[in-house]
Amino acid sequence: MAIANILLVDDEKDFVEVIAKRLSKKGFYVTKAFSGPEALRAMRKADFDIAVIDLKMEEMDGIEVLKILGKMAPELPVIILTGHGSEAAAREGVKCGAMEYLTKPCDFEELLGKIEKILER
Amino acid sequence: MSQENRLKEPYYKSLTRKMLFIVIAVSFAPLIMVSGIILNQFSISYHEKVNAHLGELVLKNRQNIDGFLLEKLNNIRFMSRSFTVEELRNEEFLRNNLAALQTEYGSVFEDLGVINEKGIQVTYAGPFKLENAGYSDTEWFRKAMNSDFFISDVFLGLRGLPHFIITVKQKSNGKPWILRATISFVAFNSLVENLRNGKTGFAFILNSKGELQSKPGFEVAYGKSDSFRESIKRAGKTKDGVFFSEMADDSGKENLYVASLIKNGDWMLIYQQDKSDAFSDLTHAKQIALIIILIGGMVIFVTAFLLSKRMVERIAQADGEKELMNQQVIETGKLASLGELAAGIAHEINNPVAIMVEEAGWVHDLMEDEQFSGKENKDEFERALAQIKTQGKRCREITRKLLSFARKTDTCVEDVRINSVINDVIGFCAQRAKFSNVIINSKLQENLPVLRMSHTEIQQVLLNLMNNALDSLEKRGGNITLTSWLEGDEVVISIADNGPGIPRANLSRIFDPFFTTKPVGKGTGLGLSICYGIIKKMEGEIDVRSIVDAGTTFYIRLPGRRED
Repeated sequence: MAIANILLVDDEKDFVEVIAKRLSKKGFYVTKAFSGPEALRAMRKADFDIAVIDLKMEEMDGIEVLKILGKMAPELPVIILTGHGSEAAAREGVKCGAMEYLTKPCDFEELLGKIEKILER
Repeated sequence: MSQENRLKEPYYKSLTRKMLFIVIAVSFAPLIMVSGIILNQFSISYHEKVNAHLGELVLKNRQNIDGFLLEKLNNIRFMSRSFTVEELRNEEFLRNNLAALQTEYGSVFEDLGVINEKGIQVTYAGPFKLENAGYSDTEWFRKAMNSDFFISDVFLGLRGLPHFIITVKQKSNGKPWILRATISFVAFNSLVENLRNGKTGFAFILNSKGELQSKPGFEVAYGKSDSFRESIKRAGKTKDGVFFSEMADDSGKENLYVASLIKNGDWMLIYQQDKSDAFSDLTHAKQIALIIILIGGMVIFVTAFLLSKRMVERIAQADGEKELMNQQVIETGKLASLGELAAGIAHEINNPVAIMVEEAGWVHDLMEDEQFSGKENKDEFERALAQIKTQGKRCREITRKLLSFARKTDTCVEDVRINSVINDVIGFCAQRAKFSNVIINSKLQENLPVLRMSHTEIQQVLLNLMNNALDSLEKRGGNITLTSWLEGDEVVISIADNGPGIPRANLSRIFDPFFTTKPVGKGTGLGLSICYGIIKKMEGEIDVRSIVDAGTTFYIRLPGRRED
């Protein structure tokens, strides 16, 4: 049985694939979404324990996704991934309900640490 | 371009010339105009004054001379009417009358004579033996016989001495006779001689033929003809019967002539004076005015020259500063573009690097499930994967710094941990320091309060100071030490180098805009002034201490705020 269900949202496919594989090996069940709309479709189909969302996406901005997720599943903990130098966006994300943020390129161990921290709460 | 070279450019030389010309023209024009007008008016007034004065002089003398002649004529006429010809023919009687006249008038009357209708002087009273002298062939006798009275021109006479005579004609028993008096030339001449003015002004009398009737004190500058009298009448203007004219003599010298007709128009009393002597005061005034104009002109020229030179230097300096500012703007623009480019590249590199690192991590994860035949291979795999991770981190660090640098244009105020900024700056300068043999040390106090300021601006200041320190150590290497500590409520940062130091004379100007000791083209002189402005805006202080051949330390004090 999976430790937790994670929704991984980023339009960088290769990044999503490798992170998903590593998280799976650690025992997580990972649903991959390569855009905001895809993430929202996934949300309607399943429940998740954590969402990891990249803020900078082309089709739908991460903040927008966050806001909609906040209405769909207000209790869902979200970790946002921001580019270096976008602290303002990170603060915006936190205001919109994100629990944690990491700057990209993020360390897998760091991400794992934050996920485990959230699950412990 | 140095100020000296800039001033040699044709544009600035031309500007200097134009400015000089305009200032001189604007200054000279009114000076010349006003001087000219005043001098002209003064000259006219002075001429009128001199002419009026000389005219009065001549008029007065005319009256004197005419009066003299009339008086003498009246004396003789009175005698001729008061006594009979028989009485006057008595020599003793005549002598007594002569003596009476001489008692009254001095030596004016030289002699008296009674001349009959045949021109024979029948009676004579005087110093010479002229009894029975015959004058029938003389012109004066002819003229005297043709009018009731006659005053002759000056002539030499039988004795060869200049004199003139006054005659009165009377009749006795139907026969005309003449009472004649010889008037002393000396006495008469003294009337004319007394008309003197200035150094060269004198008078003389000419008869209708242009012959001198007096002995002038100076050389009369004219040709001996009646045309001279006519020339005077024609050349000048007339007022109250006085002629004023200015004519050049044969030598070219300009003379002033003031003349009037006397003796019923037979004679002309002429006053002559060198024009330069007559108007010497005016000439003197003109000379003084000219000297003043010349001196004033020199002062104007020198002032205009210095003023235009100074102004063009200022203009050139301002142009130079403007050029430097433009360069700075262009450089800033280039930097901003480069920054944007760097940010773009950094963002683009980040993702592939992250993927690469994570794939290496994934391989490492998979290796945990694998059985390796030899420990060596497993160790090597782990080493290689660790290396990928390390180099990936290194790439990440580089892009992080690049992005941090690219955020320079962002001046928003935020919470700043100064040690972090210092470390960033050390990182930026590490490569350059390595190539310049400079060792960068840092002694940063922990847990300094968070500062509320623009991250990019304080980074810009520290980077500028670091670059200056590196510039000073470029040739010989050395040490740079960055220190941060807390003093009361202030966070203090120092950047110290052991470079050549800054001379005392330059220290006070180090924060002045455009002040630079770097060669032309190597520094705009704006860096430290911008730093000064930024720190002041942050309500901080920036200061410098330096000792020549020992080193320089910059101190920055910033008001801190306690972390909540």
